[in-house]
Amino acid sequence: MEVQSPQLSVSNIHKTFGDNEVLKGISFDAMSGEVITLIGSSGSGKSTLLRCINLLEIPTQGEVILRGEPVRFRMVRGERVPTSPQQVQNFRSRLAMVFQGFNLWSHMTVLENVIEAPVHVLGQPKKQAIEKAEALLDKVGLLQRKNYYPNHLSGGQQQRAAIARALAMDPEVLLFDEPTSALDPELVNEVLRVMRGLAEEGRTMILVTHEMDFARDVSNKVLFLHQGKIEEQGDPGKIFTNPDSERVRQFMAAQNR
Amino acid sequence: MDNWLDSLLSQNKIFTADTLFMYWDGFVATVQLSVISLLVGLLLAVVLAVLRSTRKPILSWPIYLFCYVFRGTPLLIQLYIIYYGITYVDGIQETFWWEWFKNPFYPALLAFTLNTCAYTTEILYGAISETDHRELEAARAYGMSWWTSMHRVVLPGAIRRSLPAYANEVVLLLQSTSIASVITIIDITGAAQNTYSRHYAPFEAFIFAACLYLVITFTILYGFRRLESRLLAYTRPRQ
Repeated sequence: MEVQSPQLSVSNIHKTFGDNEVLKGISFDAMSGEVITLIGSSGSGKSTLLRCINLLEIPTQGEVILRGEPVRFRMVRGERVPTSPQQVQNFRSRLAMVFQGFNLWSHMTVLENVIEAPVHVLGQPKKQAIEKAEALLDKVGLLQRKNYYPNHLSGGQQQRAAIARALAMDPEVLLFDEPTSALDPELVNEVLRVMRGLAEEGRTMILVTHEMDFARDVSNKVLFLHQGKIEEQGDPGKIFTNPDSERVRQFMAAQNR
Repeated sequence: MDNWLDSLLSQNKIFTADTLFMYWDGFVATVQLSVISLLVGLLLAVVLAVLRSTRKPILSWPIYLFCYVFRGTPLLIQLYIIYYGITYVDGIQETFWWEWFKNPFYPALLAFTLNTCAYTTEILYGAISETDHRELEAARAYGMSWWTSMHRVVLPGAIRRSLPAYANEVVLLLQSTSIASVITIIDITGAAQNTYSRHYAPFEAFIFAACLYLVITFTILYGFRRLESRLLAYTRPRQ
């Protein structure tokens, strides 16, 4: 049997802001097609971990390895910086991120948002990028709105546009940073439906979410973060119903109240 | 209609063909001074605003100082320094620059260009600084280099948001070019002064000049309104 190597591997990540150590050594692997959910109370470091993965934050220590290729760092005046900005740009273009606040480019229409990075980062021909963008917008149910500006859309529509933008990169790993937390309750489901479809397609996804039912349904693996460490990890069935850790038990009890 | 115009023209002694030609030349001079200094000033300002936004002290400090000095002193003083001062630069009269600078048009052009450049840099720099950090973050997260995110995300947004303030700057500069007449340039104001001193008709001479400025200003504002309605559509509720 062939041993599969991980799509993305994170090893011993530490992140310190001033005196505050937010991440205290986190390691995990994401296999191809796996959906990994990071849960935990606010301040546990979930979002920071996700931001360290695509280097929006530079981890103070530890490795991020995409398909066997580690990001290289060097020290400049006591601060850790990536050795090659080009490597970081290439790395990021292979990990598409969906943000809590959508972060669409406001002066561009939905279609322009979706083709922007494929054309200007990946160098795809515009015509080809548009064809693909239209197919993706159709998939997230926004083809009718392709010429709208983000400000003219509801939150749920904006987030679906942002997901189409992420998919247009053909990313090796999709990162979701609390994608439904800024949405009105009645708009959450339309976004979760799209994400569920992506999980079923077998995309590799790492997501931070507070939607526990969704996390239980779609994840292959759940990591519970507490005070910058992985408190418990494993099968969602076990973590959600019968966790080993007392801390996780308390968290789950509070969720179900 | 023609008869009415003919009789009006034959009755007045001021607005003869001669005077009208002078106003026309003045109009051309005003438009040339404004358009050239605005275009060159704008191009320079985009570069300076981008360099200043890098927050590298070696770049941002001299630019800050330039803006501070040119915004902090009267345009007329800047014009005097450049026009009268250049004559006293050692050896300038032997260089080819002198061909340009002995004509008052070019010193005036230089003064207006630098002045509008300073104001426009400040407007653009402000707009660049106010870029929504989430848009910048998305640009980084999608693998854009500094330059790609600058010219694809930051500048297009900043330039659009600057339009209303920049329209104001364009109108102000247009009015300011009237001081070119003090260094003997015959712009609209210069033509009006000549007309006044020939005929001792201050109202006719200057109100006519004022009307010409109004026409240009109106055209500029109309143009900017069209531009804003297209480029700033994304900031307004959908029609």
